[in-house]
Amino acid sequence: MNFDLRLPLGLIFTLYGIILVGTGLLSSPEMIRQTLGQNVTLTWGFVQLLFGLTMLFLSRKRK
Amino acid sequence: MNPIPSIHLGLVDYGILILYFAFVLGIGFALKRSMIGSKEFFQSGRSIPAWVTGLAFLSANLGAQEVIGMAASGAKYGLMTSHFYWVGAIPAMVFLAIFMMPFYYGSKARSVPEYLKLRFDEKTRGFNAISFAAMTIFSSGISLHALAKLLETLVHWNYWTCITISALIVLVYIFLGGLTSAIYNEVLQFFMIVMGFAPLVYLALQDAGGWTALKEKLIPVATSQGYAAGTWSQSWAHLGQPLENPMGIGWFGMVMGLGFVLSFGYWCTDFLVVQRAMAADSMSAARRTPLIAAIPKMLFPALVILPGMIAIAMHQQSGGMFLPTAADGTPDYNMVIPTLLAKYLPTGLLGIGFTALMASFMSGMAGNVTAFNTVWTYDIYQSYFAPNKSDSHYLWMGRFATVFGILVSVGAAFLASQFNNIMDMLQLVFGFVNAPLFATFLLGMFWKRATGHGAFYGLVSGTLAAILFHGLALSKGCLPGIKGGWIHPMLSFQSEMGQNFWMAIVAWSACFGLTILISLLTRRTKTDEDLKGLVYSLTPQPKSENEAWYKRPVLVGVLVMVAVIILNLLFL
Repeated sequence: MNFDLRLPLGLIFTLYGIILVGTGLLSSPEMIRQTLGQNVTLTWGFVQLLFGLTMLFLSRKRK
Repeated sequence: MNPIPSIHLGLVDYGILILYFAFVLGIGFALKRSMIGSKEFFQSGRSIPAWVTGLAFLSANLGAQEVIGMAASGAKYGLMTSHFYWVGAIPAMVFLAIFMMPFYYGSKARSVPEYLKLRFDEKTRGFNAISFAAMTIFSSGISLHALAKLLETLVHWNYWTCITISALIVLVYIFLGGLTSAIYNEVLQFFMIVMGFAPLVYLALQDAGGWTALKEKLIPVATSQGYAAGTWSQSWAHLGQPLENPMGIGWFGMVMGLGFVLSFGYWCTDFLVVQRAMAADSMSAARRTPLIAAIPKMLFPALVILPGMIAIAMHQQSGGMFLPTAADGTPDYNMVIPTLLAKYLPTGLLGIGFTALMASFMSGMAGNVTAFNTVWTYDIYQSYFAPNKSDSHYLWMGRFATVFGILVSVGAAFLASQFNNIMDMLQLVFGFVNAPLFATFLLGMFWKRATGHGAFYGLVSGTLAAILFHGLALSKGCLPGIKGGWIHPMLSFQSEMGQNFWMAIVAWSACFGLTILISLLTRRTKTDEDLKGLVYSLTPQPKSENEAWYKRPVLVGVLVMVAVIILNLLFL
């Protein structure tokens, strides 16, 4: 039987989310200027983190 | 002359990329235990849920050449490019789900060529299997070459290092986990593309001042090239005559050539995509696969075509300073995505976007390799070289074919890097073989009188008609030769795309007409009993009345079509 794909999906996007949130918090003013004055890295990091955690939750729930 | 942008990856970006490779390989290793027989290796044991096969179905087609090419077309032709999605994909996907999937999934066929063997005869299957196997393996090589060349230009990595590493990664995960591995990684790639490109499009669109401002900025793009003001921001309004739009195509050529012949020929018969649906865990899931794919597919123009439209608007506004210049002095349209990546994404987000691009190159290659190893093993090796061997023998052969296929891909990449014309030539030949194909399937599935001789000779005549058409047709500004007109250029077209669409229409019609004619002149070799499950009128329709509304293919198919018509009306 194959494993549930939501598990690796959840893991990788949770990790990417954490990495992006970290990068977003440590962003230099120059990086913020590149994303037109908004901290898109931070926001998008939270989106990926949320997606990753949702996938992890769903893969747990099935068992 | 604007130079090509350099992408500077930071430590975080490399981390993101390496993490991705680790997951891809990890999925392969984790699936190794499940690969107990050839059915698991080639068909995923028909055990994959519909949402996974659906996203893989979409993703298998979404190679990086597609992403880069669609962005390039968005810049070159504007919103009209969306016809490749709304006209050239969705209707065929709905048709596949409702009408054709019951025969692919319901018959004993393990591949598309094998369906032809069951429905018609050995020679029709052989023709299809051999041309398909050659085609997929060369496409995989082209994919590999394009990836390595892009990385060489953008991040200055060594060409052969790129080839070796990506080929090795793909080799390992397919060798270990077979089709399931490819499908799982395609779904991962789908999410990578969405996650990587959404912030890119958001930032670029903001910078352009939003959709309304973008439409304003696209007016001078159109007028400076001698077209009506709205040409770059409307999908249908300028399709009356080929002269009215940069694609050089009228609405009839667009709807019949792209929307019917080419689109149905690809989505409904190409084993690369159909294989994903055939891996689904039930008939209902197999039929829902293309429909699940259709929903993100119809929204993808926002992710892949819009960036091209934004880039060309910026390019015009900046007086030609946004996109790099190609060798012939025009903007280098293929650099749309790299230019935007370099401009808008800081380290971190850049890693996601860049990894998404690499992921789609590699899974484009993996898709071709899995389709190749299945057709090679079942339709060529098992039928012509070694029938009646044990299942473990065929599993072994599948793994061997994976290694062999990847080696040939690397060889094809080498050829492509040495002689550009060879690849143009090959793609041309594949175009000849593919153009008539849908006529054979349509008659096979819906007309029980169609015979094996009819199908085979119809297909061969369709291919010959395509070659003949190519020898007689030439588009504006081209010299006779590989572009056409090598017999005598007597039919002239506004653009190569238009010439291509019309070639497909001619080849399809020849195949359709001659298959009917030859079938009527030859005797049926298959009885009604033989054709049960293979032809529409002899097969009981799968029931779905007791399922939830969102699991009924016909209902969902109709909803998808309504949605796509609304999209067309919104961007008329």
